[in-house]
Amino acid sequence: MQDSGVSILFKGINFQRLLGGLWVTLRIALITIGLSLALGLVFGLIMLSRRKVLRGISRAWLEIVRFMPQLVLLYMVYFGFARLFGWDLDGETSAVLVFTFWGTAEMGDLVRGAVSSIPPHQRESAEAIGLTPMQVCRHVLIPQTVRRLLPQAINLSTRIIKTTALVKMINVTEVLKVGQQIISQFYRLREAPFWVYLTIFILYFIICWPISALAGWLEKRWA
Amino acid sequence: MDTILQVRHIGKAFEHNQVLRDVSLELDEGRVLVVVGPSGCGKSTLLRCINGLEQIDSGEILLRGEVISGQRKNLHLVRQKIGMVFQSYDLFPHMRVMDNLLLGPVKALGRPKEEVRAEAERMLARVGLADKAGVYPRTLSGGQRQRVALVRAMLMQPEILLLDEITAALDPEMVSEVLNVVLDLARDGMTMVIVTHEMRFAEAVADEVVFLEDGCVVERNPPEVFFHRPETERAKRFLQSFDYAPRRRAAQPGANTAEEQSAP
Amino acid sequence: MAPALTGAFFVRGWTMDWSYIAAHVPDFLGGAWVTLSYGLIGVACSAVLGLLCSLVRVFRVPVLRALVRAYVELSRNTPLLVQLFFLYAGLPRVGVKLSAGACAVVGLTFLGGGYMAEAFRSGLEAVDRSQREAGECIGLTPLQTVRYVVLPQAFATAAPALFANMIFLIKETSMLSVVAIMDLMNVADTLRTGGGRTIEVLSMLVVAYVVILLPVSLLATFAERRMRFAGFGRQHTV
Repeated sequence: MQDSGVSILFKGINFQRLLGGLWVTLRIALITIGLSLALGLVFGLIMLSRRKVLRGISRAWLEIVRFMPQLVLLYMVYFGFARLFGWDLDGETSAVLVFTFWGTAEMGDLVRGAVSSIPPHQRESAEAIGLTPMQVCRHVLIPQTVRRLLPQAINLSTRIIKTTALVKMINVTEVLKVGQQIISQFYRLREAPFWVYLTIFILYFIICWPISALAGWLEKRWA
Repeated sequence: MDTILQVRHIGKAFEHNQVLRDVSLELDEGRVLVVVGPSGCGKSTLLRCINGLEQIDSGEILLRGEVISGQRKNLHLVRQKIGMVFQSYDLFPHMRVMDNLLLGPVKALGRPKEEVRAEAERMLARVGLADKAGVYPRTLSGGQRQRVALVRAMLMQPEILLLDEITAALDPEMVSEVLNVVLDLARDGMTMVIVTHEMRFAEAVADEVVFLEDGCVVERNPPEVFFHRPETERAKRFLQSFDYAPRRRAAQPGANTAEEQSAP
Repeated sequence: MAPALTGAFFVRGWTMDWSYIAAHVPDFLGGAWVTLSYGLIGVACSAVLGLLCSLVRVFRVPVLRALVRAYVELSRNTPLLVQLFFLYAGLPRVGVKLSAGACAVVGLTFLGGGYMAEAFRSGLEAVDRSQREAGECIGLTPLQTVRYVVLPQAFATAAPALFANMIFLIKETSMLSVVAIMDLMNVADTLRTGGGRTIEVLSMLVVAYVVILLPVSLLATFAERRMRFAGFGRQHTV
């Protein structure tokens, strides 16, 4: 029987190799998500600061990272920093740096949005029934902020996971690169690329879709 | 006088909730029928069935002798002959007042724009809104919006006009400016079916009153009978639930005895 | 200030080579044109696809509705880079051969359509049902009601999301180099790997994106303001 090419996935450890490649991007994504969520909380508070200068700087940061394609930011750090400052960062470090730089700003904006979406009379009516400022935060403001923030933060996480696919472009051996290696190794299988790339497509979907679905479910539940 | 609208034994249920049971009505040209009844009695549903916003489960509805119920395909042709105004005005917020008025006659009826515009300006002036043609609805008060909605419906030159609690969402001081327009239309011979909670207005405008309860027609009488000598116990109880009624009776002892006498 | 900073911070002896920049402006102009045209074609196709998809979902067209849902989920939960590899390197091996340009447009549309569909859908769902009834009550056909009453309001509500998607898609064209499109990114990469001066190339790249995106972004802000001004919001409801 002629080999259709789908068999490439089951030859040797090919499938494990793909998963290994995927883990490379996922690892970058997970580190980025952790850092972005944590730093983003702080950044969000800065965006809410009463000081105009702080607000202005944080706003400018957000606009800049939103404005540039992430690939350009990635190139600037990976290729540019080496040339400009003599820092020879490897691909993964550059990626974590750039994506955290971006993710922090986005997360900060989500925090800012969630906090300022709470109507002021919520705080006022909580104070009116005699709660202390600490109690107001703990029982009234924080629960409401979290309900608005969490679904959006989860959505941001899927965006970060999808964005980390870009590390392929700065020579990190991630899942697409591994796929290319497998394909060139089995170049005689005509349909191999179709199956390899389809598999990668599905793998990404399997990872991102449940997370998006969770965010959608939470959003509906807490709306 | 020609009979314009006939409603024959219609029934309508939502899920397991029977909203209309065997309701029959007819309406002659130029007459005004007022439908009253407690909340949830099916008044609004009756109007929505007449112009096809809801499909009826049984019975039939005829406009000028033609069956209009049960068809889905050319509903818009039927609705061109039946105007309807809602409690929530439902002006189109993205259009200026004049564009709100022109949309139906120009797009649905294909009438020339300039002709309709002239007519619209006349009618706006008649309801006291001549200077509002160029503004967006959100800048208008509730009463003004509802008058625009009435003009919008009238510009379609409908054979019959359905008004569904058009003052229910208004601040009290705006109610009369809207109802005066309706009284004016009635004087001009507009055929109307009106659902309302304003009993004094109902009495003033109606040629006939239908009292609906639990989806059934309980009583049908001319206003002078219905409001002063209701024939059924249920209508009487309903009328007593309006707090202005006892006070008015206190002021007019004669009316009080008349009502007690008429009780079965 | 500047020399001290250079000494402490930058690699010794580094200076910007302005003549190099001047010599390569035409390359970047070409790349910018490619980026902008693919971006705008992608946005237009995505908007059409997204609008159709959202109408299918909002008006609950049987069967199609399930397909659209699956498509939106697929497009929103996979990276464009992977979509492009599949289109450009995968599909030809099973007989579906697309040119580089077609791959780029199909890829951008596949991605953007899902995002646009969601933006339109939330806009459509924000239009009260009673607005549709009011349109039908003045004798408009269902289609006329959608065209004159529902869509204009849905567009106004969806505008911020639509413009955000537009900028997002133009930025995403930076990945088109993997299907051999000579966009800005590819021009820069070719110059850089060909022994060009990295910093100069990257600076020009940044400037080029700013030149493209700034007008789009200003236009978006302007259009949003206008729509909000004309537009009424939903304060009119009781």
